[in-house]
Amino acid sequence: MKEINNFLRGINDGIPICLGYISVAFAFGIFSTESGLSVLETLLISMTNVTSAGQLAGVPIIAGGGSFIELALAQFVINLRYSLMSVSLSQKIGKSVRMADRFIISFVNTDEVFAVASSKEENIGKKYLYGLILTPYIGWSIGTLIGAAAGNVLPESVVSALGIAIYGMFIAIVVPQAKISISTLLCVLLAISLSCIFYYTPFLNTIPSGFTVILCAGLSSALFAMIAPIKEGQNDK
Amino acid sequence: MTNNFWIYLLVMAGVTYIVRMLPFVLVKEKIRNKFIISFLYYIPYAVLSVMTIPAIFTSTSETVSAIAGFAVAVVLSYFSGSLLKVAALSCACVYIVEFVMKIV
Repeated sequence: MKEINNFLRGINDGIPICLGYISVAFAFGIFSTESGLSVLETLLISMTNVTSAGQLAGVPIIAGGGSFIELALAQFVINLRYSLMSVSLSQKIGKSVRMADRFIISFVNTDEVFAVASSKEENIGKKYLYGLILTPYIGWSIGTLIGAAAGNVLPESVVSALGIAIYGMFIAIVVPQAKISISTLLCVLLAISLSCIFYYTPFLNTIPSGFTVILCAGLSSALFAMIAPIKEGQNDK
Repeated sequence: MTNNFWIYLLVMAGVTYIVRMLPFVLVKEKIRNKFIISFLYYIPYAVLSVMTIPAIFTSTSETVSAIAGFAVAVVLSYFSGSLLKVAALSCACVYIVEFVMKIV
């Protein structure tokens, strides 16, 4: 099979992801420092994790002095989706990708990088992949730094508005899929209902948010995996 | 920076990296277990929804502006909008609503 293996083409395909990341990472930077972490801590988290949902769930646990188990479990469940993406991507890479490359590329296998990489008809090579992960990684890091360092010099109204950015991005990932798949919609609605119950019920709302995410999302997904298993190939998008 | 932070960082980054790296390095064949495939398919959407609701409604300084921003994000993403566009416009909506609320 033909293989795309052009570094500049990878860079080019990574630019839109990079731009999106700058704004979301900016919001994360603000969120993290407002939660009580330092600028350096915030930047380090972004540069070593490169995952919006995981970081957003992890920061309150760290800031609140939660347990390491809670942090590890939350990251595991929230980031479990990357396993599937990594599995899928492993079928797509060309012969130029060696074992050592796999260790590096998987570090920045985000939802968006995965989406772009798997949208290619051809197999993808190592140079292309390095280009594709480089620009988003830089955008994610720089956006975080600016948000964490300069977020508190911004007017309160701007900080408030940016607070919704990450959630806007989450919605933009969920809604299009819920629109075309009724079982996804129902699963999401169940997860949301459970989430609200945990959030508003006395006693239940004292359970750490990391565990709530695991419980609500895990239960809904397991239930729908049983009653509405997806058809072959549906996850190949 | 406390010593604890470095452990937190190691745990967080370590787990995140392992779930990404292990399958990419180890899996050479396709997963065939239908339940696992289906579970992995649903999990991102369920997780993102749980993280969004109800947290989104306290993500801004006014609940009203958050509801407006939420509505804008849902409608825009329903009628196709890039992640960037949806996130940016829902921020803009929050800003405008709060601006109007201050005047009125």
